[in-house]
Amino acid sequence: MSTLTSPDVGRRTTGRRGAVARVLAAPLVVAVLGLVTLLWLQSIELDSIEKRTLNTDYLVDRVREHLLLSLSAAALVALLAIPAGVLIHRTNSRVLRGVVLALANIGQATPAVGVVILLAIVWRTGFTTALVALVAYSFLPVLRNTLTGLAEVDPATREAARGMGMTRTQVLRRIELPLASPVILAGLRTSLVFAVGVATIATFINAGGLGDMIVNGLKLQRYPVLIVGAALVAGIAILIDWVAGLVEEYARPRGL
Amino acid sequence: MPKPTTIIFPSMDVRGAASGGSATSGGGVSIELDSVTKTYPGQDVSAVEDFSMRIEPGELVMFVGPSGCGKTTTMKMVNRIIEPTSGSIRIDGQDVLSLSPDQLRRHIGYVIQQIGLFPHMTIADNIATVPRLLGWSKKETSARVEELLDTVQLDPAVFADRYPRQLSGGQQQRAGVARALAADPPVMLMDEPFGATDPITREKLQAEFLRLQADIGKTIIFVTHDFDEAVRLGDRIAVLSERSQIEQFDTPAAILAAPANDYVASFIGSGAALKRLSLMPVTSADLSFGAPASGGKRPQLDPTATLRDALDLLVVTGAEALEIVDADGTRLGCLTHAAISAALTQSSPTRGAGPAAGEGVHR
Ligand SMILES: Nc1ncnc2c1ncn2[C@@H]1O[C@H](COP(=O)(O)OP(=O)(O)O)[C@@H](O)[C@H]1O
Ligand SMILES: [Mg+2]
Repeated sequence: MSTLTSPDVGRRTTGRRGAVARVLAAPLVVAVLGLVTLLWLQSIELDSIEKRTLNTDYLVDRVREHLLLSLSAAALVALLAIPAGVLIHRTNSRVLRGVVLALANIGQATPAVGVVILLAIVWRTGFTTALVALVAYSFLPVLRNTLTGLAEVDPATREAARGMGMTRTQVLRRIELPLASPVILAGLRTSLVFAVGVATIATFINAGGLGDMIVNGLKLQRYPVLIVGAALVAGIAILIDWVAGLVEEYARPRGL
Repeated sequence: MPKPTTIIFPSMDVRGAASGGSATSGGGVSIELDSVTKTYPGQDVSAVEDFSMRIEPGELVMFVGPSGCGKTTTMKMVNRIIEPTSGSIRIDGQDVLSLSPDQLRRHIGYVIQQIGLFPHMTIADNIATVPRLLGWSKKETSARVEELLDTVQLDPAVFADRYPRQLSGGQQQRAGVARALAADPPVMLMDEPFGATDPITREKLQAEFLRLQADIGKTIIFVTHDFDEAVRLGDRIAVLSERSQIEQFDTPAAILAAPANDYVASFIGSGAALKRLSLMPVTSADLSFGAPASGGKRPQLDPTATLRDALDLLVVTGAEALEIVDADGTRLGCLTHAAISAALTQSSPTRGAGPAAGEGVHR
């Protein structure tokens, strides 16, 4: 990169110290948060109810449930919403695109708790329901970002690709998807972080997760339980956002 | 690896083996448009109406006309980016509608005004696009990329691994031309390729392009709205008006000497005589006019200069004549104002025929 002279180009190499700080900030915050919580727990007496909850086995189980729910929701969304976006894009129909974008906005405005509980009432309780609700909820934002990312590809770039004899599929795979990938990945990142937060609600329909700790802590007035549960959710959300950010940066096509 | 370059135009097989060969392999094929019409959906008036033209192999034809007259639409029907409503187009005698559009386009170089380099690919990868689509080997492809970068005067060591945004506008345009030439297509379509560059870069690109075309001899349709560019580059110019109607289709010299009608004359604008002089070498004038220099020193000019250069020198120096001396120092004769006027008069075969023709000779 040392031979580059254009002013735009340095953007990725300059500010190295700033970049390092940005990369390290999130894990640092989480580490401090964890340390403070641990020290605080050491300093107080735990009663028997609290001891039953605040031990490694219980915590690992809740975290596992929580991650399983949010990560599989995000994975399903990626598997469903991106291809759906590509298909809608390929119909070239402005009407269809407009309808989907409008729906996505309405979907965003619907409260997540409502979706989860409604689905449990009309269907059943448990993990599957929570998963379906989460997928339904994060589907539209990713779909919207996929559509927007593809639509934002410069028509001249697309025309040049067609003009050189790429098939439509080649244009999609070699040109459109790579160029749209930053926008699509940003959508996925949002929906992943979002899923971690919303998965807390799963406890209301018996789907486990860290929401159990928060709700139990509240119900039984055991604040250490509530606080550890909340701190874990926050820590996981920050770390996942951090990892997703690194992936985004790394996967971003060079030259953009 | 798929098979090598498919032979798609009949006379291409002479050169088929040249895939990965030299940038100077050259040769073009004919293009014929026959009563081609394009009406965009939902429009009452056609964008192109009943357009017929034959372009000879190796010819560089300029489509010139005001914005919106249908130049781009006409050109894009040749590689089926736009499908004609009716009429037929043949390249090397082959009906383009009978070929798969993707296969067809891999054998037609395509340069658009916005350049359209792929921003996420290096310059080398951009140029390698069509060779890869055609299944060339890695070795052939990279050799070809290097050669083409040299051809368009971009140092491969510096530019091959750069991304488009790291290049200036003129450099991007060169890369765009290299990409279009990559698989040595017999036909090139160029839509205002130098339109977005500054005047100095544009002149440089035009000069390089002329040198390149002299080597490769492609059949080229070149769209521009700049008549001076058309005069400078074209073997023949088609002056187009509304609905892509051909007002005149002839050599630059013939159009300048005898515009077919007022529309063409107005498109030429002022200074038609000067534009014509810029197309004529000094050797086309009578160099025996006027006596050899008697004592006083006269300005000297090379025989490869144009009559316009000569006139320029006469005006600037105030001399009554120029000495034409070639590179070896051999004196070919001398050139006077009268000889330049005479050359201009002689080269207009239909002088006085059209209403605008007299004006063309007027100084
Ligand atoms: N995709 C399109 N859909 C509808 N009308 C078009 C389209 N492209 C061009 N036109 C119309 O066709 C006419 C010719 O356009 P064009 O070929 O781009 O002209 P030029 O290249 O000479 O500027 C114009 O009136 C333009 O508005
Ligand atoms: Mg145009």
